[in-house]
Amino acid sequence: MLAQPPIISVSNLSKTYGSGFRALNNINLDIKRGEIFALLGPNGAGKTTLISIICGIANLSDGRVTVGGHDINSDYRAARSLIGLVPQELHTDSFETVWATVSFSRGLFGKPKNPAHIEKVLKDLSLWDKKDSKIITLSGGMKRRVMIAKALSHEPQILFLDEPTAGVDVELRKGMWDVVRALQASGVTIILTTHYIQEAEEMADRIGVINKGEIILVEDKAGLMQKLGKKQLTLHLQQKVDAIPPTLAPYKLQISNGGRLLTYDYDTKGERTGITSLLSDLRNAGIHISDLDTSQSSLEDIFVSLVRAP
Amino acid sequence: MNYRAIRAIYLFEMARTWRTLLQSIVSPVVSTSLYFVVFGAAIGSRITEVEGVSYGTFIVPGLVMLSVLTQSIANASFGIYFPKFVGTIYEVLSAPVSYFEIVIGYVGAAATKSIILGLIILATAALFVPLHIHHPLWMLTFLVLTAVTFSLFGFIIGIWADGFEKLQMIPMLVVTPLTFLGGSFYSVNMLPSGWRTITLLNPVVYLISGFRWSFYEIADVSVGLSLGMTLGFLAICMALVWWIFRTGCRLKN
Repeated sequence: MLAQPPIISVSNLSKTYGSGFRALNNINLDIKRGEIFALLGPNGAGKTTLISIICGIANLSDGRVTVGGHDINSDYRAARSLIGLVPQELHTDSFETVWATVSFSRGLFGKPKNPAHIEKVLKDLSLWDKKDSKIITLSGGMKRRVMIAKALSHEPQILFLDEPTAGVDVELRKGMWDVVRALQASGVTIILTTHYIQEAEEMADRIGVINKGEIILVEDKAGLMQKLGKKQLTLHLQQKVDAIPPTLAPYKLQISNGGRLLTYDYDTKGERTGITSLLSDLRNAGIHISDLDTSQSSLEDIFVSLVRAP
Repeated sequence: MNYRAIRAIYLFEMARTWRTLLQSIVSPVVSTSLYFVVFGAAIGSRITEVEGVSYGTFIVPGLVMLSVLTQSIANASFGIYFPKFVGTIYEVLSAPVSYFEIVIGYVGAAATKSIILGLIILATAALFVPLHIHHPLWMLTFLVLTAVTFSLFGFIIGIWADGFEKLQMIPMLVVTPLTFLGGSFYSVNMLPSGWRTITLLNPVVYLISGFRWSFYEIADVSVGLSLGMTLGFLAICMALVWWIFRTGCRLKN
């Protein structure tokens, strides 16, 4: 089976602001049709700049971006028609009603009126009973959902969610995730930025890490989780050992701390961890342990080590 | 052309007008009525006639123009500045619309608003003084051209401004003086010849003169010149807008 072409393709993209600040440096990134892609990075890494360029809010300095095969500059109408954008900040027209502002968005994207669709979007986002309320009267969480409704009003194939759950309480966050999953099920490709690792872990099919304007990692979540599945057993020895006895070779132990520590990597998702047999083989080899502990690398550890790397 | 987008922006802006009816329509009407009371009734009673027309009647076209000019600028500059200020401009920029369509939507709505306002003021004036319009079609032509030109000008100010002071600066410091000195309340021919020459450098003179001619067939400068100058300003504003969007400046970073 042929692989589908990516729905968004970013190649050699760079962005330098007027002030001389280089916000993005030679970004290459493909987004697959129908996936949920999480763009992870610390504040100021370039997440919002990247989204702004793809959506047409900022100009690129160098490189090329296509959306659904359409160049975002030479064929901006076709490219932008496919995209719905929910920006990070709550930019709303305070004195408009929910219904009016969502209908306005649909018109702006050149779509004919479709009250049934707007009604469905508002109902899906639990905003239906607020449709005649002015936006200024809504809570922050509701405003966030109004912005999602605006982005969905024109039936986009791609939805950008820039920090969708920033400042949103736990319950609402769960609700937001349900909405995102339902959208994905309906065939919408979703790109979300976040600095909550838990969010990326919970939601995404693939995760990209961006730092200082560069993409430093793009990986399937499954692959990352496999790394996460690895645990490490550290054994503190009563007496130091100089070498690992041949009977223990299959365990691929590592010696450290002058022969006082042995470390053993194992997979929690494997059928057998091998810990029980290791402990009995150690006793048979005459090695006695005084203490043991286990540790697990989290996505957070991987992330921190990536963004801290020089 | 994305006609639905133009319609959406236009209707959105017009909805804002109806929502803010008091400040959009009522307050200009009230202030114009005050001009009639002060200049028309109080001062005008001491001035008999200007070029064969009673003073109260004479100032009507100038007063309408005064409102149309200032309101066109205010409407259009605020219309585009406000979404920039609150951030909702992101949506227009990310939509499949061209700059041309954005301009038609915003400027069209601002011009519509000030044309409606001009007509309301005209109707208000008819309550105070007897009015007769010799060339209604030319009157409308000048009204529409002026409203569109100065809405474009306001749009440019709205894009250029990065704070509320700048938004007010040009209307306060440039447009209002030019309008007052542009012959709203007097005929340029009433000035000493030196001042008259200087006054002719004021673009607003041509707008008011042409507009007044369509009412009473009296003019400070020839109608052809008025029309030519009005079209000239329109062309300059269009060129400026084109240049702003060609460079993408002030909206995209």
